[in-house]
Amino acid sequence: MSDPMTHPLLEIRNLSVSLPKGADRPFAVRDVTLEVKPAEILCIVGESGSGKSVLTATLMGAAPKGLKVASGHAMMGGRDLLQLSERQWQKIRGREIGMIFQEPMASLNPALTVTQQIEEVFELHSDLSKTDRAREARRLADEMHLPEPDRILHAYPHQLSGGQCQRVVIAMALAMSPKLLIADEPTTALDVTTQAQVLKLIRDLRDSHGHGIIFITHDLGVVADIADRIAVMRHGEIVELGSAEQVLKSPRHAYTKALIAAVPSLVPHDRPAPDTVAPALEVSHLNHSYGAVQVLHDINLSVAPGQVLSIVGESGSGKSTIAKTLIRLIDPSSGRIAVAGEDILAAEGQALRGMRRRVQMIFQDPFGSLNPRRRVGPMIARAAVLSGASRSEAVARAKELLELVGLDRSAYDRRPAAFSGGQRQRIGIARALAMRPDVLIADESVSALDVSVQAQVLDLLADLRKRLSLAVVFIAHDLRVAAQISDEIVVLSKGHVVERGPASEVLARPRHPYTRDLIDAAPGRDAF
Amino acid sequence: MKALSRYLATPLVLIGGLLSFGWLLVAILAPLIAPYDPLQTIQPLMRPLNSGPNGEFFLLGTDMLGRDIFSRLIWGAQTVVIYSTLATLTAYVFGLSLGLVAGYAGGRTDAVLCYLANVVLSFPVLVLYIVIIVVIGASPLNIVIAVTFSSAPAIFRIVRAITIDVASRDFVNAAITQGESTLRILFVDILPNTTGPLAVDFCLRLGYTAITIGTLGFLGLGLPPPTPDWGGMVNEGRGMAIAFPHLVIFPCIAISSLTLGLSLLADGLREVNDAKERQA
Repeated sequence: MSDPMTHPLLEIRNLSVSLPKGADRPFAVRDVTLEVKPAEILCIVGESGSGKSVLTATLMGAAPKGLKVASGHAMMGGRDLLQLSERQWQKIRGREIGMIFQEPMASLNPALTVTQQIEEVFELHSDLSKTDRAREARRLADEMHLPEPDRILHAYPHQLSGGQCQRVVIAMALAMSPKLLIADEPTTALDVTTQAQVLKLIRDLRDSHGHGIIFITHDLGVVADIADRIAVMRHGEIVELGSAEQVLKSPRHAYTKALIAAVPSLVPHDRPAPDTVAPALEVSHLNHSYGAVQVLHDINLSVAPGQVLSIVGESGSGKSTIAKTLIRLIDPSSGRIAVAGEDILAAEGQALRGMRRRVQMIFQDPFGSLNPRRRVGPMIARAAVLSGASRSEAVARAKELLELVGLDRSAYDRRPAAFSGGQRQRIGIARALAMRPDVLIADESVSALDVSVQAQVLDLLADLRKRLSLAVVFIAHDLRVAAQISDEIVVLSKGHVVERGPASEVLARPRHPYTRDLIDAAPGRDAF
Repeated sequence: MKALSRYLATPLVLIGGLLSFGWLLVAILAPLIAPYDPLQTIQPLMRPLNSGPNGEFFLLGTDMLGRDIFSRLIWGAQTVVIYSTLATLTAYVFGLSLGLVAGYAGGRTDAVLCYLANVVLSFPVLVLYIVIIVVIGASPLNIVIAVTFSSAPAIFRIVRAITIDVASRDFVNAAITQGESTLRILFVDILPNTTGPLAVDFCLRLGYTAITIGTLGFLGLGLPPPTPDWGGMVNEGRGMAIAFPHLVIFPCIAISSLTLGLSLLADGLREVNDAKERQA
């Protein structure tokens, strides 16, 4: 008999999952061999389309429609998971394999209280009495370190924060103490400080209960914080597999090296002190309320041409509201926003439409920000026409801009659907630049992108700001990204500016405790 | 071309399209294919597949005034196709533009327009038609007005809902921040993104309108006689339907085949749209 602590919980041998005909490659997952031991966190890292989610869905017997297991085995407790019937699966899901998803809100039933949902798991999988089920739910709540467990157990999901919801989801996944836990990007939707707490909880569970955990993520910072072993996936294949130490410190595969190199560092570049020129954008005493709730309190900012100012904060800090007031998608309750000395809040009608071109925005979601029905070139050319260019100038400018943002001229006649997320974001940048703006607002503009693509878009922005002397306001929740691109950082918390200063100063010597919390919570800060 | 072949590869679109476009073709070619003048009285109450006194052949028989039913059906197709298309189109002009405005502007404009739409929608449709036709009289133009008045609010509601959804997307915000005019945002940025569901609704509504025109004709509120009108033909023949069922059966088949065709077409379009959305 081998030692139960070293005998693998799950052994995957040569697993291949085929894609339907007509897909861009024959296999979603190809020839994957992996094992997960008890009390071990195996991180599967990969960018979008790498097959990591298909792999785990297959392990849960829930492969997406049209995908078929072509070959291989997944042995767990002497059975091959891939051969199970739907009835047999129902006994295994929740009882032997627990699953945690990306969107905690979406994995909970909005019509049931937390305790009802946890108790439901026991109702399905055990014959505990009503009082025992309630007691177990309470025990799990304590184990998840939920604050005020009595209140939270009787609350509905919408009354909880994202982090609390994710703890409830984890509690449900752990209710029947499954040996194996599969977590698919469980912290991606969470704020960085909440993420740090959830990651700690998952590490504690591994240590105290000996769960084997498959943790899927695209974020190498998170990997550095949590992984015992790492599998790097690309195009459906595992390109590198090894201990966390080995993969992160001395990666062998070129792709792993590139991924690690693309992680933005928390240490900002040294930048020359800005010249004292007139600011391109100056915000003073900006206040805004939604009804009775004040979301912005006396915000003051200024950005000089050629400078990047980052506004950093967690969800609900008011950073997106600032962005929307800067482009006047919402009118603030009070304050002044001056672009090159002119107050854009005072302008109305035709005058406002004329001033709009000076402040342009790059949006967060590269899929929602381009009209799917319009061709890319005319879309950019239209922006040029609106800024006063003639028809022929506009077409020429659109073609130039496509090249400037690193796209081929043939992109001119295509529709957005023909482009990847990173390419679409470049198109969004070209469209904004076609207006010849003085100020560019980037609202979480790289957060939806894979890390390697993110690095390219950040480089592009840094290059453009220098070449075109643009003032850039960069709105981000990710300190690493902000550290890479900004000259100055403003930290926003609950609608207040709690700290501002040169990027190197704020990150190296944070003065406000909230800034320190944010920096401490940044995943993988010892590794990168 | 690729899009078209994809639509035609869907059986529902193919069958529905053949039925609907078949009737469209009949309507256009009516003067060429109708064997007789639809108003000419030849020999009353001939049964189908019989010949008249001067060697005329009546494929579907004649009515009590001796008019050839086959010819009347063919010319009736023209009536139905012209007036249901016209009525549906005008209903769309009003419903679409008001829906875009209400969905995009929101606030008080939206509230007032929704209120008006709800007032119209709260009447039973048939009662509404009867009231309108009785008040303004039965004529082709008035039928179009009645259908527009009662259909536009439903179209308004659909367009308004889609507009609210599309207007919240960032490409609309991008257009606003570029200083694009509201009219252009409505018709260039938003409208083209609503066409999928609207094409489905248009086909269904065209079918309903054909039924409506039939119903109005049956109630004696449709096109004034002797215009060949399917609903009117059923109404005229209904008293003698037991002895001469052909008076009623053929116009009924015509009405149902056209509306069935349009419904199938609508279902097919929906199927293709859904598949497209899943792919994206």
